[in-house]
Amino acid sequence: MPEEMKVGCARPTGGPVGEGPAAPATSPSTPTAPAKEVSPMIMVGRKAPDFAAPAYHQGQFVSVKLSEYLGKWVLLCFYPGDFTFV
Amino acid sequence: MSIDSVFVHKMWNDVELSKMVAGGIPFPMLSDAGGKVGAAFGVYDDQAGVETRGRFIIDPDGVIQGYEILTPPVGRNIDETLRQVQAFQLVRASKGTEATPSGWRPGKMTLKPSPDLVGRVWEVWKTDMAFD
Repeated sequence: MPEEMKVGCARPTGGPVGEGPAAPATSPSTPTAPAKEVSPMIMVGRKAPDFAAPAYHQGQFVSVKLSEYLGKWVLLCFYPGDFTFV
Repeated sequence: MSIDSVFVHKMWNDVELSKMVAGGIPFPMLSDAGGKVGAAFGVYDDQAGVETRGRFIIDPDGVIQGYEILTPPVGRNIDETLRQVQAFQLVRASKGTEATPSGWRPGKMTLKPSPDLVGRVWEVWKTDMAFD
């Protein structure tokens, strides 16, 4: 179950969990490929990246982790912003 | 999930959405300030600083079964999303022995892939069935 969060002035934020930063594959002296973060590829049939994020749910501020929903079907929807029109 | 804070989510729910949905939004409204989660799912637009309209169907094993990503001005079709979830649930319940052809809806015929069906789908599935 999502755990309740303390409300404070700091703005909580979430992010991916698990899998620490990938070990550097090339030595710094290698001139190829400027160090650019490679985001993990999203592909059907593969695991969704786990994450934790603050949430508002039925009157409470909670912290939600995707992996807490293992065993259930999940619809994860992103949208541009609150109070936008569509 | 959007880049808005949980405080803005609360206000949007209380001020507007609860007038559309009795009792307010029943599921968690997730906050992704900074777009880190959206970036991991390939839906964060770093130029606009917002998340695009991404929708992911994730099964009980945490596996992505399907997704759809739209630019902001066009809304989703929830019926189609639910139809896809129902189809994935049927396939999972059949342990992969059944597949849902184009136009499948709950109650309609499924296909049972087997050596005998190869080259004979035309006998059991008609193009009208994609539209009815």
